[in-house]
Amino acid sequence: MTVVITPLALFGRWALALLAAIGRIALFAGQTVAHIVKPPFYRREFTSALLHIGYLSLPVVGMTTFFTGGALALQIFAGGARFSAEAVVPQIVAIGMVRELGPVLVGLMIAARVTSSIAAELATMRVTEQIDALVTLSTHPMKYLTVPRVLAATLVMPLLVGVGDVIGIMGGFLVGTERLGFNGATYLQNTVEFLQLNDVVTSLIKGAVFGFIAATMGCYYGLNSGLGAQGVGRATKASVVAASVLILAANFILTGVFFSI
Amino acid sequence: MITLTDIHKSFGSKQVLRGVDLHIPRGESMVIIGGSGTGKSVTLKCVLGLVTPDQGRIEVDGQNAARAERDTFLARFGMLFQGGALFDSMPVWQNVAFRLLRGSLKRPRAEAREIAVEKLRRVGLSPDVADLFPAELSGGMQKRVGLARAIAAEPEIIFFDEPTTGLDPIMAGVINELIREIVVEMGVTAMTITHDMSSVRAIADKVAMLHDGVIKWSGPVADMDASGDPYLDQFIHGRAEGPIASVR
Repeated sequence: MTVVITPLALFGRWALALLAAIGRIALFAGQTVAHIVKPPFYRREFTSALLHIGYLSLPVVGMTTFFTGGALALQIFAGGARFSAEAVVPQIVAIGMVRELGPVLVGLMIAARVTSSIAAELATMRVTEQIDALVTLSTHPMKYLTVPRVLAATLVMPLLVGVGDVIGIMGGFLVGTERLGFNGATYLQNTVEFLQLNDVVTSLIKGAVFGFIAATMGCYYGLNSGLGAQGVGRATKASVVAASVLILAANFILTGVFFSI
Repeated sequence: MITLTDIHKSFGSKQVLRGVDLHIPRGESMVIIGGSGTGKSVTLKCVLGLVTPDQGRIEVDGQNAARAERDTFLARFGMLFQGGALFDSMPVWQNVAFRLLRGSLKRPRAEAREIAVEKLRRVGLSPDVADLFPAELSGGMQKRVGLARAIAAEPEIIFFDEPTTGLDPIMAGVINELIREIVVEMGVTAMTITHDMSSVRAIADKVAMLHDGVIKWSGPVADMDASGDPYLDQFIHGRAEGPIASVR
């Protein structure tokens, strides 16, 4: 009997802990949204977050999407050759980058770069009592630390995704024209004609959702970290894992919603 | 001014406070002593609302702390944290003037900076420290900046959490002297937690000893040496033998 009950009890505990964590994160996200619309609003912190999350992420976003766009062109050309469809490279690179790879890769890179940095910074602030100091200085940590970061990430991520989409397509264009023998004007014409406004809009919406997830996870795990260096390390790791998994899950759901047939 | 009645607090199965009763009259400097892990910091954090007590009542000027409007309530307090708790993303003057740059006490930036430099001068730091970042300062300087931040908005009540921990004896003496001067000069109500007996003698009007989750002894600092309380005697003389069990 024990042989059956012990694994069941373990599974039950795991399931309860998971549900409790989901509940806490959902509550935290809800509180963040509620605080966004309630004053005070810390403009200086928001501007600083825009710079750190947006502008300073451009190099990593650019490099990631450029190489992915180039590799995608090579793959599609090689795959397409099996059924004489090499000519679809511009269209597939464009739709692949804009609908899927652009938002997801930018989201994951932001999770790696921004979520980790937010979680480590806030966890260190917690360990060194800076969060308590904020409270004693009549400043709500949620308003001062979370709202500017989450709002900045949500607003700037569509721009990053847009830039990433364009650079990814450019990567494909360079490989297509320099290596695969495509005519430059024809490549661009095929790309522009094939893409629809809906593709671009959904890409940017995905970006906003992924930005919200990335910053919220960083703030949640940072503000709720354990004590000591180990606590900071755990919070950072957990935030990146949670953000990455949630971004991929959200991508699946959003794709289903936007493109369900 | 500050009254704690029957405060209980547990963390999981660990009962830290088991009924703390304490009264600090206006303008008095109360020092809470006790060994590590006896709940001194928790007591202080309960007053500030950083930790919510499981049971009991905290009043400041007769007003229930749990029901007070948070901003107005906290605006009456200044706090010096054990490690300084300075915000390392901003320069020293912005740390000191934090309260004056935002919220209900907001002033123009230039005026806030002027006040910050004046407070830095008050704690013995030159104006050129104002533009440095906390990471560029020594431990003693960080404590002074923390002290300047605690007094920047002219609070009525100041809390000092282990003000001399991590400092050499000379710097500890300097900080103790500064705290005493500031408390007398500003006429504030002060609550300090420490296990440094030189701090106790320099800062305190009254002393309370916290042990096993309750106040074991409290009274004027002058009565401390002749209290006859075995717990207090063991603590102030740093004896290994006595009623307080030590971990070896």
